[in-house]
Amino acid sequence: MTGISRIMAGIGLGVAMTAGALAPLAAHAQEETIKVGILHSLSGTMAISETTLKDTMLFLIDEQNKKGGLLGKKLEAVVVDPASDWPLFAEKARELISVNKVAAVFGCWTSVSRKSVLPVFKELNSILFYPVQYEGEESERNVFYTGAAPNQQAIPAVDYLMNEEGVERWVLAGTDYVYPQTTNKILEQYLKDKGVAAEDIMINYTPFGHSDWQTIVSDIKAFGSAGKKTAVVSTINGDANVPFYKELANQGIKAEDIPVVAFSVGEEELAGFDTAPLVGHLAAWNYFQSVDTPENADFIAKWREFIKNPERVTNDPMEAHVIGFNLWVQAVEKAGTADTDPVLDAIIGLETPNLTGGIAKMLPNHHITKPVLIGEIQADGQFEVVSASDLVPGDAWSDFLPESKPIEADWTAPINCGNYNTETKACGGDVATAQ
Amino acid sequence: MNDGQIGLVASPLPASPARGEVPSSANGSIAPQAPAHTSPLAGEVGRGVATRWIAALLTVLALLFSITPAFAQTDDATLTTLVNALAPGNFKDREAAAKALGATGDPRAVPVLQTLLDGNLYAAKTTGQVVFLARNGVTDPVTGAAVEGIAKGDTEKVKVNNGLRRGLRTIIGQMTLLSEDRGTRMSAAQSVLRDANPDNLELLNSALSSEADPQIKAVMETARAAIILKTDASVEEKTAAVAALKARGGRDAVTLLTSVLASSPEELKPQIQGAIDALNQTQAAWGVAQNVWYGISLGSVLLLAAIGLAITFGVMGVINMAHGEMVMLGAYTTFTVQEIIRRSFPGMLDYSLAIALPLAFLVTALIGIAIERGIIRWLYGRALETLLATWGLSLILQQAIRTAYGPTNKEVANPSWMSGSFDLGGLSITWNRFWIVIFAIAVFVALLAVLNRTSLGLQMRAVTQNRRMASAMGIRTPFVDAMTFGLGSGIAGLAGVALSQIDNVSPNLGQNYIIDSFMVVVFGGVGNLWGTLVGALSIGIANKFLEPYAGAVVAKILILVLIILFIQRRPRGLFALKGRAVEQ
Repeated sequence: MTGISRIMAGIGLGVAMTAGALAPLAAHAQEETIKVGILHSLSGTMAISETTLKDTMLFLIDEQNKKGGLLGKKLEAVVVDPASDWPLFAEKARELISVNKVAAVFGCWTSVSRKSVLPVFKELNSILFYPVQYEGEESERNVFYTGAAPNQQAIPAVDYLMNEEGVERWVLAGTDYVYPQTTNKILEQYLKDKGVAAEDIMINYTPFGHSDWQTIVSDIKAFGSAGKKTAVVSTINGDANVPFYKELANQGIKAEDIPVVAFSVGEEELAGFDTAPLVGHLAAWNYFQSVDTPENADFIAKWREFIKNPERVTNDPMEAHVIGFNLWVQAVEKAGTADTDPVLDAIIGLETPNLTGGIAKMLPNHHITKPVLIGEIQADGQFEVVSASDLVPGDAWSDFLPESKPIEADWTAPINCGNYNTETKACGGDVATAQ
Repeated sequence: MNDGQIGLVASPLPASPARGEVPSSANGSIAPQAPAHTSPLAGEVGRGVATRWIAALLTVLALLFSITPAFAQTDDATLTTLVNALAPGNFKDREAAAKALGATGDPRAVPVLQTLLDGNLYAAKTTGQVVFLARNGVTDPVTGAAVEGIAKGDTEKVKVNNGLRRGLRTIIGQMTLLSEDRGTRMSAAQSVLRDANPDNLELLNSALSSEADPQIKAVMETARAAIILKTDASVEEKTAAVAALKARGGRDAVTLLTSVLASSPEELKPQIQGAIDALNQTQAAWGVAQNVWYGISLGSVLLLAAIGLAITFGVMGVINMAHGEMVMLGAYTTFTVQEIIRRSFPGMLDYSLAIALPLAFLVTALIGIAIERGIIRWLYGRALETLLATWGLSLILQQAIRTAYGPTNKEVANPSWMSGSFDLGGLSITWNRFWIVIFAIAVFVALLAVLNRTSLGLQMRAVTQNRRMASAMGIRTPFVDAMTFGLGSGIAGLAGVALSQIDNVSPNLGQNYIIDSFMVVVFGGVGNLWGTLVGALSIGIANKFLEPYAGAVVAKILILVLIILFIQRRPRGLFALKGRAVEQ
């Protein structure tokens, strides 16, 4: 056997094994169930965040089945593993929709994975619920964005720092990919509109999984010694956060001197380190586990029972899935079918309670209303809410970027368009096609 | 503030042992204290009245004198009212309440404020009574007595935010500036320096006159200079203050000077600007040294990650894609050791790394030997198959760990001697990086010794240089192969223990280092340990010098481009092996 043929044999074996693993799931395809696709990475870099969301979906489906299912049928979860590999997301999405015939898909975490599945959902006309905060500048007919748009997370956080902490100098630090880049672009424009001088803004990008933060933290320290109150707005993603916060703590940067407000650090991420030296650093989310409402207490108790771990934490994207799932269930009940088009019509305007109080309403631009919470890290790894806003409707196209200012999304008649230009009164434009 | 009773003492402040009455807050754990005195109020009792200005002045005076031998002692009822005022309202209300409490100058207020600062102060949900949660129940913060009728579950935390924390630190600083305890006094002086509030000048002056400790005195003098620059003192005084700050040096001095530059009188501005420029120049000079240090530190991490690979890849020629997973397993061994220690022997946490080191070496060495015996020995001489097999193995190991430990990051604690930083001249060196540099050097030296001074090392070198001849001389080459691979893997495990201190402990830990490790080994010259050392350090330092100018992303790309160019010029790396071994 030559080397090449061995490799081919190996690949063949791998494919056979994958197919074998999926076969039992496909075999259950019987008439009386409605199938729900779960598209979250269970291996690779993003498994750290996405595995929990897969479990959350299984939990929600289980709860719904206990209540008797949907339209008299049981719900059935179809789990696939896109393995943190962006093109594989598109393949797995196609498999879920055309092979497994799921009614809706809950999934994706990074923006790049969402961008990779968009054409598939469009082509096969299915529904995706996307549960993570993202950079905006997008509204698709087949996608519902249950995480925060920039105006529901980034802008309120900056306002808080400006008004409550009196911050005048800003470090925008992020991982080098689409979400931090776009968010920082919006924030930079917003800060400049507020009268912050260009030399008072420092923008810094690092690669995924960056682990040596010595230089950057000492740069931040130097930037903060200009006699003006300085803060760091962090869009640093995933794994890179632990070494970043460790370096901050070791170099003695206290939250009272230079606070860091993060958009990607939640309870789940904090589980990986000793938070005592980080007390006072901030995070902006629409949900914190520590929020004391009956809905939240009930959710946490049931979740811990389901996952059989009394210590397990909850986080913001989990709540987004809870809201997305509840809205979908309501829409299917209202439409009387799980078919795509009636559900797309029925879901607009539906409401479900947020776990943190208030009502989440599905807006015509496929975003939802959320309260914005600013929390400070506590020594026990939880967040203490220091500022809570009223409900903020998600804005797909940022009003702070000149090119997207006139763009609105509205998926109801008569506009029915994800990027409607209110000036030219036409659907589509440079922004949309540039994407 | 107006309902606080303010005790004033007319006499000046002699140093006195009675200062010891002020509770220490240095270690952060504050036990509720019973009142130490029951004597009536000494000195005048002034009821805070009228305008805020007078109140502020009285506060300062009260603070100035309250920590003195003849105590300001507020009666329990008044103090309890003030303490209970900490709970309701928003953060601004709480700060006002804390100020009023501080204004009493009562030493019993300090632990209350410190507990609030630590975020451990609770209030009863129903009555709003502020209480301490002790291990065995709820106690009254003023009297220290147990509180009946309130269970732990009936209380909620009094929330603190950064602004309030700053305020509390200032108040505690003012109250404890004359404390007996050195650590408390030091942190008090630092917090006075931090906000450099002109109101504190008199307090600081009196504290300075009685301060004996040179380090604390230095901090106080800096604080005094910073305050003077903010007041409308004479130009001469300010000139002296600028000189004092300049003499102190460091980034803090630059911050202080920059912040007062705009508001200073015109004739002083050139002098302040000059001081800032001079300090910045010194900083820039130290900045170069700092970059070298960062480079050495990054280099030492690369060295640790790569040195095991230098054995398996460099010496044996096995392209081991599972090398990163050996590092990861070492880190998980550390986590497991810490978990066991936390559960069973919590006092030994500071020794956890010392226990984890040999264990991690053993675990990964044994796994390495198993891999060599089970997989790699069938594939010698077939590089492509080895690459595929070990890559598959790395995926299996990752997923196994993910299944066993879960996908989330695991918390590996830094022992206390690896937290924080120390100053060396103008350098700020973090302890964990410092120890990792030392550790990397130790591992390197130990490995050199094994290779050059032991019979196993001799056999390893013999087998790699000429396998057939070594075999003919009676060396059991399969045994040596297994041992060599085990040694390389074990060292990767040691690296994992070190990396657990600065990076995530997650199943992906190894993936982040595998590319860098190969880069270092190839750049340094395959088969040469010194090459690995020089390669790691030069990549580290070059990276850290590029980073400030190019940014982290571009710096990494530039380094890769430079290495590609270098390898084209010198395919065998920095230190090429010469001789017959090369031809194999």
